[in-house]
Amino acid sequence: MRRGTAWLRNIVSGQVTAGGALGRRWVDYAFLAAFFLLLLLAASMSDVFFTQRNISNLLRQIVTNGLISLGMLVVILTGGIDLSVGPVVAFAAIVVSGMVERQHLPLPVAIVIALSVGASAGVFNGFMISRFKLQPFIVTLATLGAIRGLVYVYSETPITPQDPAFRTIFGTAIVGPFTLSVLIMLVAFVLFQFFLNRTTAGRGIVAIGGNEEAVRLAGINVRGHIMLAYVISGLCAALAGILLASRLGIAQPSVGAGFELDAIAACVIGGAILGGGGGTVLGTLGGVVTLGLIDNLLNLFNVQSYYQQIFKGVIILVAVLTRRKE
Amino acid sequence: MAETDFLLMRGIRKSFDGTQALKGVDFSARRGEVHAIVGENGAGKSTLMKILAGALQRDAGEILLDGKPAVIRSPFSAHRLGIRAVYQEFSLVRHLSITENILIGQMPTTKWRWLVDWKAAHKLAEQKLAEIGFSGLDVRTLVASLSVSHQQMVEIAKAAVTQPRIWILDEPSAVLSQDELKRLFDLIRRLKEASALILYISHRLDEVFKVADRITVLKDGELIGTVRPEDTNENQLIKMMVGRTLGEFYPARANKPGAELLAVKALGRDGSFTNVSFVLRRGEILGLFGLVGSGRTQVARCIFGADHATRGEIRLNGELIRPRSPRDAVHAGIALLTEDRKRDGLVMSCSIRDNASLAILPQVSRWGFLNMRERDSRVTAEVRDLSVHPAQIGRLVRQLSGGNQQKVVLAKWLLARAQVLMLDEPTRGVDVATKVEIYRIISDLAQKGAGILIISSELPEILGMSDRAVVMREGRVGGEFQIAQASEESLLACAAGVVQ
Repeated sequence: MRRGTAWLRNIVSGQVTAGGALGRRWVDYAFLAAFFLLLLLAASMSDVFFTQRNISNLLRQIVTNGLISLGMLVVILTGGIDLSVGPVVAFAAIVVSGMVERQHLPLPVAIVIALSVGASAGVFNGFMISRFKLQPFIVTLATLGAIRGLVYVYSETPITPQDPAFRTIFGTAIVGPFTLSVLIMLVAFVLFQFFLNRTTAGRGIVAIGGNEEAVRLAGINVRGHIMLAYVISGLCAALAGILLASRLGIAQPSVGAGFELDAIAACVIGGAILGGGGGTVLGTLGGVVTLGLIDNLLNLFNVQSYYQQIFKGVIILVAVLTRRKE
Repeated sequence: MAETDFLLMRGIRKSFDGTQALKGVDFSARRGEVHAIVGENGAGKSTLMKILAGALQRDAGEILLDGKPAVIRSPFSAHRLGIRAVYQEFSLVRHLSITENILIGQMPTTKWRWLVDWKAAHKLAEQKLAEIGFSGLDVRTLVASLSVSHQQMVEIAKAAVTQPRIWILDEPSAVLSQDELKRLFDLIRRLKEASALILYISHRLDEVFKVADRITVLKDGELIGTVRPEDTNENQLIKMMVGRTLGEFYPARANKPGAELLAVKALGRDGSFTNVSFVLRRGEILGLFGLVGSGRTQVARCIFGADHATRGEIRLNGELIRPRSPRDAVHAGIALLTEDRKRDGLVMSCSIRDNASLAILPQVSRWGFLNMRERDSRVTAEVRDLSVHPAQIGRLVRQLSGGNQQKVVLAKWLLARAQVLMLDEPTRGVDVATKVEIYRIISDLAQKGAGILIISSELPEILGMSDRAVVMREGRVGGEFQIAQASEESLLACAAGVVQ
């Protein structure tokens, strides 16, 4: 039976990829219980919650944070942090829209350009952090501001892409029970689970956060791995930005403020340890869904957004308090 | 009154990870004496002193001060009892000035209680330094910019401010120049006159004879005896420190050293060692002995590419190599098992599987994708060979005992099939049974043709395992011995620079 419930436990915990302390399983079960309680509460208090329309809305809304959180998880696993994801989302959104709308480039080309913008941000962050041993917090704080500035340099005004293909493909196209964007996110979660567990780079990244020096002395290229983690984070944020622009039908240069906090929150709720040494893809998915669920519910009950923020803050603190090591 | 025991430690026991560091030590000392504590590395002298200073908690035993039981739960409670320790590792705040470090927690204030009176503070700090005979330093200097020996002085001054009744000086002379050493001895004399008790730990026996009133010898966690310097001599003391026979501990010697494998010639690294040369043959175990700080670990780190040598050359199978990173070294077939597995040997938050496969990830993958079955079967086989317990490769290494953790580190390098295996303190913090197993594994490897370099502070280990021994002293090679002609006394004397 242990095997039977293992996957459940892992949805909210950090046991498979990097592992949490044994003997603290009750924490994972408690999280799972709280999660289902929340669902139950939602269903009993609101008639609209379990409608197809609301669920598909909920899923579409968590795509952005889901993708960013995956990238953030990889960075956190190396023991770092990436504060610059918000403006990267905006940059990718506005670049993809601009390329389509102003330069009249074909959509695939525009997407590739937008993604490479995100990758470049990652290369820069990763280079500064791994080559010069700067603190990730400081480096990405600097790029957080700088990239936001670059976004406005590119376009002070919002861009509304008229290309119908752009809007339909990621915005409204339906694949099976999901929209395409939701499917992309789900595939990304599967890919990341695979990446972190079954590739040399993934195992290297997980180990680096646990003990960077031990990994270096095992003959692994630590710099390269750290670099890769930030590039992945940049790519994820850029992809999130492209999907967001497509869903909203407009790219605002101001979009993405505070996104880094939601992503960090999702990872932490899912059991990731800032500074490295813990965190899982499934846990992060749990964190993303939990945060999305809270937003969705409070919206259904017409609770104003600042209460949502207070509520989220409390959840994050509860999550880290219960996972605290003695 | 001076003859009664001011400090009494009775039946002190302490074990780490199942290794007994102190096996019921009874130790006593008086006011107004300098009491030296000597012994080999791992004899338990630091552990005993750390228990007195509150940095470690004893498993059993009691401590009496002036005949009254003393409760020492933390360094802080030790301070309140007037016990101060000055360790080799400093406890200074590097980015603050000397003044702030000396007066930490008791900075003088102006008549407004919340304002620091800097003028008075600097004056007070200068005065404190002068009191202990260490004047001549600008108290406004940041500690980070001081030389190590000056930092040591500040450390001592910081302790002196609290006027302790018991001083613990752990290798205080290791970083001091001759002139500074004289000043330290002057200070010790004055502290003694003020009827403080000074516990003096040192490897340098000549110093011990100069400064101590009594000398206590520890060995393998037991107190061997307490002697007066006028009743003994250095050679006798060394015999007390090492006097033990090699039992069935070590595997029978059957190594057949073959062709030259690793040759180090005039290797040097600025600030840590100079002109180090030695040769390691296939199928040979070479011991590298030296006291802490003699540069032996740095030599290994340079061969491994973790640090960079600034002079000299390294040849592997006759070919010049210049490892720029551990990655280069691992590719060349050189492995280094580091002395502190928790710090840089293991990823504690990861599993046995992850740790053991860390150095062979490229070998068990194609295009960056891991062949999980291949990895797991290799790891499982190695873990079974080394009888790691529990033999579940998904287990986190954090949950293993010290001995099993060490086997996992060993497994990592055995899987990598290194031809040169450098082992830095391979049995530190390992229980006796595992020690014997590790010795057998090392011996097997040598017989299969690997070249093995054992770095150790444990003389029996060097003598029991190696075919030859190189002794380092203060960053240089002090001597090279065929094991048949070496003894613990001769190696220790060479390492400590004592002429027999």
